Amino acid sequence: MLENPVAALTILVLAIFVGFEVIAKVPPLLHTPLMSGSNAISGIAIVGAILSAGGEDQSLSTLLGFVAIVLAMINVVGGFLVTNRMLRMFKKRPERQ
Amino acid sequence: MSGDFVQYAYLLSAVLLILGMRNLGSPKTAPRGNLLASLGMAVAVVATLLIQEVVSYWTVFAGMLVGSAIGLLLALRIQMTAMPQMVALLNGFGGAASALVSSAELLRYARDADASLGGIVPLAIALGVLIGGLTFTGSLVAFGKLQELLRGQAVVYPGQRVVNGLLGLLVLCVTAAMVLDPLSLQWFYGVLALALLLGVLLIIPIGGADMPVVIALLNSYSGLAACATGFVLDNAGLVIAGSLVGASGLILTKVMCDAMNRSLGNVLFGAFGAVDATAGSSGGAPDGRTAKGYTPEDAAVIFSNARSCIVVPGYGMAVAQAQHAVRELADLLGSQGIGVKFAIHPVAGRMPGHMNVLLAEADVPYEALVEMDHINPEFPETDVALVIGANDVVNPDARTDQGSPIYGMPILDVDRAQHVFVIKRSMNPGFAGVQNPLFFNENTMMIFGDAKGMVLKIVEAVKALS
Repeated sequence: MLENPVAALTILVLAIFVGFEVIAKVPPLLHTPLMSGSNAISGIAIVGAILSAGGEDQSLSTLLGFVAIVLAMINVVGGFLVTNRMLRMFKKRPERQ
Repeated sequence: MSGDFVQYAYLLSAVLLILGMRNLGSPKTAPRGNLLASLGMAVAVVATLLIQEVVSYWTVFAGMLVGSAIGLLLALRIQMTAMPQMVALLNGFGGAASALVSSAELLRYARDADASLGGIVPLAIALGVLIGGLTFTGSLVAFGKLQELLRGQAVVYPGQRVVNGLLGLLVLCVTAAMVLDPLSLQWFYGVLALALLLGVLLIIPIGGADMPVVIALLNSYSGLAACATGFVLDNAGLVIAGSLVGASGLILTKVMCDAMNRSLGNVLFGAFGAVDATAGSSGGAPDGRTAKGYTPEDAAVIFSNARSCIVVPGYGMAVAQAQHAVRELADLLGSQGIGVKFAIHPVAGRMPGHMNVLLAEADVPYEALVEMDHINPEFPETDVALVIGANDVVNPDARTDQGSPIYGMPILDVDRAQHVFVIKRSMNPGFAGVQNPLFFNENTMMIFGDAKGMVLKIVEAVKALS
């Protein structure tokens, strides 16, 4: 679907704008979880890695793809879990008795 | 599985990722945001597994299993004070994964005799290898500095800028050659080697306190590398997710640079914080005043007459793991009717939001954490400003001394409080290598020692007085 470079660049530019709009509103309080969460999202390279490693031929490309799967999966799992761990710590002031 | 179905799944995944990041904008909705984003990722992964060309399931599942196990261990084991290292490492892995995928695709094309590479793909492969590779080694260097495996200070040598400039030029030429002749692999190896080298050389001249900028920037790069991979694989899901991360990292980079009143160029190439014999002699106490050391008991006496206190944490609090002790002190003061707030400078610590996470870990409610612009007008009406392991972000020279290297950096105006306590290990100048006149002010009391130990001693002393 990206054969047409114009369509591809359109997606790219619009996605960057969406990114700016969405993230500009995140308060400094949450900057660290935002980073670890976006870390996890950059693990989206897992999609590419699956395509590289899952192909029919066994070759160097498959090996590279395998290593890429491991690294990307560390990102995805590690990133989302540690973000969740952090976010659970952000608490409101407790109602004092 | 039909290609259309997979594309729809990627669209759904992109929507979930965007909604997830949007929900990360408030502490109340953030856990849901993280959940939505991980759901989006799961959708993308499952959809990809259903693509017809994916046949070697064992390879894929083995890789996912190993990666998940390592990720799980990292996420559960890591200490909150070590979050900057963890994020640096994850940035590096993301970059490496993208570079590997781009390389694998290129090698696949190169083995197939009938293959032809056209359109935007050669450029995308080159950029994926270049950005991914330099993100990988750059992040490893950042990790090494944060973990103190490498010296944290800026590493500088004569002619550094010339070397980096020439290297940059070389990278441009070799990358261009690779784009024009992608199937001749020598250019690919050249780009790969240069990218790995460039990552190291770009990050070694950057000192510890500039790490928030570096980590944000590398975060952005890891997203852009994924984005390039999306073009290589003709995959819109990758492009969208990658550009979201790229945008997020860029915004944080800008926020961090603004908080130091420095340009990105100055942070990256200024070699700020290098060990420099001339710095450190400027500022200080020109009229021969000396900093006065006080005891925790002296601090307790002042607290017994105080109504309000603003705590200013810095990297020293993280190093000493003092956040729990600080919370204990804040609770104690609160129970004696003293209003306690926390002033958070945007670049305090080693990554964006570092102090907020540590204080959250110690159960400080987030309403008590106040941003710089909102808290600064309150200092003149505050009885006690308690500075714990922070230095440059409270240096009044940044406001007044045009000759100071940190002149123009927005600071927390602690010197305007009635009393200032500074808990610090020694009189060593901070990261910027400049002396801090705050320490010599009439209303400043220096308490020398380990942040955690001293805070606990203040707690004891306050209890003893009450």
